[in-house]
Amino acid sequence: MKVNRRKFLQSAVAISAAGILSSRAWAEDTIKVAGIHDLSGGLDIYGKPMVDALTLAVEEANTAGGLLGRQIKLINYDTQSNMQLYAQYAQQAALRDKVAVVHGGITSASREVIRPVLDRFKTLYFYNTMYEGGVCDRNQFDTGVTPAQTAEKLVPYAMKKWGKKVYIIAADYNYGHITSQWLKKYVLQNGGVVASIDFFPLDVTNFGPTISKIQAAKPDIVWSVLVGGAHISFYRQWAAAGMRARIPMAGSNFGVGNEHIVLSPDESDGILVCYNYFQDLKTPVNEAFVARFHKRFGADYPNITELAMSTYQGFRLWAGGVKKAGSIDRMKVIQALETGLSIDAPSGKVSIDPPTHHCVLDVHIAEVSGKRFKVLVDFAQQKPADTAAVCNLIKHPNDNQQYMIKT
Amino acid sequence: MDLVALLAIQVLYAIAALALISVGLAIIFGMMRVINLAHGEFLMLGGYAAIVASSHGISIWLSLLVVAPIVVGSIGVIVERTIIRFLYGRMIDTMLATWGLSLFLVGLTTAIFGNTAVGISAPLGSFQIGAYRTSAYTLFVIAVAAVVLGAIFAVMRWMRLGLIARGTMQNANMAAALGVNPTRVYAITFSIGAALSGLAGAVLAPVSGVFPTIGVAYVAKSFITVIGGGAAIPSGTVSASALFGTINLIATFVTTPVFGEVTLLAAAILLIRLLPQGITGRFFRRGL
Repeated sequence: MKVNRRKFLQSAVAISAAGILSSRAWAEDTIKVAGIHDLSGGLDIYGKPMVDALTLAVEEANTAGGLLGRQIKLINYDTQSNMQLYAQYAQQAALRDKVAVVHGGITSASREVIRPVLDRFKTLYFYNTMYEGGVCDRNQFDTGVTPAQTAEKLVPYAMKKWGKKVYIIAADYNYGHITSQWLKKYVLQNGGVVASIDFFPLDVTNFGPTISKIQAAKPDIVWSVLVGGAHISFYRQWAAAGMRARIPMAGSNFGVGNEHIVLSPDESDGILVCYNYFQDLKTPVNEAFVARFHKRFGADYPNITELAMSTYQGFRLWAGGVKKAGSIDRMKVIQALETGLSIDAPSGKVSIDPPTHHCVLDVHIAEVSGKRFKVLVDFAQQKPADTAAVCNLIKHPNDNQQYMIKT
Repeated sequence: MDLVALLAIQVLYAIAALALISVGLAIIFGMMRVINLAHGEFLMLGGYAAIVASSHGISIWLSLLVVAPIVVGSIGVIVERTIIRFLYGRMIDTMLATWGLSLFLVGLTTAIFGNTAVGISAPLGSFQIGAYRTSAYTLFVIAVAAVVLGAIFAVMRWMRLGLIARGTMQNANMAAALGVNPTRVYAITFSIGAALSGLAGAVLAPVSGVFPTIGVAYVAKSFITVIGGGAAIPSGTVSASALFGTINLIATFVTTPVFGEVTLLAAAILLIRLLPQGITGRFFRRGL
């Protein structure tokens, strides 16, 4: 066959076109899911376990044959504990990668960066972190616990055990501010008093003056809403001053960054917490899950955190919605989830609460004991009552804001 | 009354901590005119050196007071020989080079130790003042700061090494003409500054924990203290630490930590406006 220039060009174009078409066909065959988490920088203690859990959830779904007969491709973005990158990567995920859903965001500050971006570009968003509650947005599902599910249980428990005067120390950003207001509300509701609420920027490491102030106020309970690596020094200095044995402590997010493993038992034993998930929960579903997790990431994995479990459950809920809808279309999946879809998760039964897009789930009070959490009391199927009081997406589907607590 | 005693200890501690984190920089920046933006990372390395040593079974006191300064002092020698010695007299260039060094050290420690905060429990337990309890380690930090500053004063005032170092920094050519080897003096002085930073980082590690980016929390405060103190190393560091430490602690105790930091910075700006040469540019001018 004689190859002239025209023939050569024709066949070249045909071959490359076929290549492009087939690669597009392959790309449309997978369902893309984005994870946006901090994998470096000061917040990676929270982000790494979340990404591990998401990875495991995606791999399990793929091994089981994928979703709607298609494989799932997980695209992970590392936001490096930098708020600007959250905006940038949320746009990339929505516009360039055209993902079916975004799972991610860690601090409440980062969530409020992503949320409007994904609203604008009509991309479904799952926020899988325990937080201060009140977000009301039909495009978003919140699989983490909120104060009405945790603080409402833990405050009376701790006050009954230790006394009525509470001293709150909190991180100085929206999570700390709003959470401390919820704590104050529950303390007052239970007939207690709040001695003081002190806020600390995330880089404060010297808590000496605060420890003196707390001693001067003589509270019955110290309540920590401290966040991140620098704030761990509070627990050290508190123990070094000999205070751990004198004034007991409860925490709103203690251990979520594995603080109880970083600190010695002398510094952290006895701290009370209340979450949806603890690795040591004795249920068959959980024991099987922990075994799978350790098989995938090694038996020496320090601890499967609350945030990791929320992320795992968040993905499972989304996958359940897709299966039910028979489509990855955003609106169809939202409507499927709004039927009150529920899954049998390692933490127990988890179901979507249709009016708030939050979750109904089990919570447990536990105490730190020798670098582990010892579960003390269980509360089955808690509703997100705080958000439900202000938010009803069935009646007002176009509502889109974060409600603050009224004090 | 006991609250006053407790507060007095806290004030002394704030001063001691500020003096400790600044004294290494006072030598490297105050004496040698090298803007060392990797100063915070020297402190961080001191903390890691102490924690690694004590987790390998070396006694905690040896780790804090001997291992950390030796390790960071040696790193100081390497840094001086490979980077800083080409840049004497070029302040802006030292700034750029040490900033790069700081990023490198943060990246390296993150790669080795991960980004999780590590720490050691403070030894010595706690003691009682009236109705209050505080950590005995606080007193140890105060003592270390006093000894370090006393030693620097003694070396500079009475020892030949101090005299030679001061002379070389003032006029290297003249010192060379008198038979001193300025290159060696520079290297030794730099590594002493680094070693003192390592010591400070180690001594503060049980209080604040260590993570790769902790230097950021220290570096601004130490520059403010050194600039506020002025040219004389021991007296400048002591007076500026005393001023800023007291202001910061009282403001923090009366209001909040946020406001404490704001007050510290405001005081520093005011001080530099009124005394551009630092405290020792006006007072104790004939001191060291």
